[in-house]
Amino acid sequence: MSGDIFLTALPNSAAGSFLHRFANPGRFLRLSRWLLPLLTVVALVALAVGIVWGLWFAPADWQQGDSVRIMYIHVPMAILASSGYLALAVCGVLSLVWRHPLADLAAVEIGPVGAVVTAMCLATGSLWGKPMWGTWWVWDARLTSVLVLFFLYLGHIALIHAFDEPQRGYRAAAVLAIAGAVDLPIIKYSVNWWNTLHQPDSISLTSAPTMSTSMLAPLFICMIGFSAGFGALVVARVDAAILEGRARQLMTRRLPDQERAA
Amino acid sequence: MTHLPYIAASYGLVLGSVLILSLQAVLRLRSARRRLAMLETTRQRRTAS
Repeated sequence: MSGDIFLTALPNSAAGSFLHRFANPGRFLRLSRWLLPLLTVVALVALAVGIVWGLWFAPADWQQGDSVRIMYIHVPMAILASSGYLALAVCGVLSLVWRHPLADLAAVEIGPVGAVVTAMCLATGSLWGKPMWGTWWVWDARLTSVLVLFFLYLGHIALIHAFDEPQRGYRAAAVLAIAGAVDLPIIKYSVNWWNTLHQPDSISLTSAPTMSTSMLAPLFICMIGFSAGFGALVVARVDAAILEGRARQLMTRRLPDQERAA
Repeated sequence: MTHLPYIAASYGLVLGSVLILSLQAVLRLRSARRRLAMLETTRQRRTAS
């Protein structure tokens, strides 16, 4: 990755000038100075409470028994896999339309975290499916569309690193991120559009949840914990990328000086 | 609890991968900070001399 995020500029427009406020790597570093510890503490506390509650105090399901406890990690992984990709698509738009320099950097760092989260969603789903459905995997619409999402993440990572010129990699990956976002509604509505083995959503924004509060509360706390953890990881990685870029810039400035001295 | 191995494997996988990602981020951030500080100190020394 190059350090050219410090050299690119946002085009002049109302939206461009608004976004310019958030395009400064120095400002991001100042923001992350308090945001990163805050997200880390929220993640650690919420995950400790949520996981202990989910594993030991939440009731077992009358039909699924104790295996329902996999839900407390599987559902957050599934939601974060989709939201992470949505964030990639938003970064793609910011990069292609406004040439937001931090958007490229964020996309580079969100990709691997999102890919791991999606792999965990598939793995925990498989581990839940085996005792419940009697199989590790079925080519069901929900499972297949999440597998496609995993390949989209891998494609995004591969595209970014496929070019000698980083800017070309960022553009190509941004186009893939935007085009791949079509998979997100397919994942969401796959259980309604097709007759799937995967159960319909238990939580929805438009209707009351179909699970008891004693299960919903630890699930909600785990969701907060994993989301804060995801945020903390991305912020820490973007921080590191900015500092690495600055170090590279200092190194390249030093080289001409050394040549001149020689 | 017959489903214990599945539950343990799920939690182990997720918490293990979270731990690896966190460690990787911490080490990367620490090494980037150290490297930048070293380069800036060298630059300051040069401009002073």
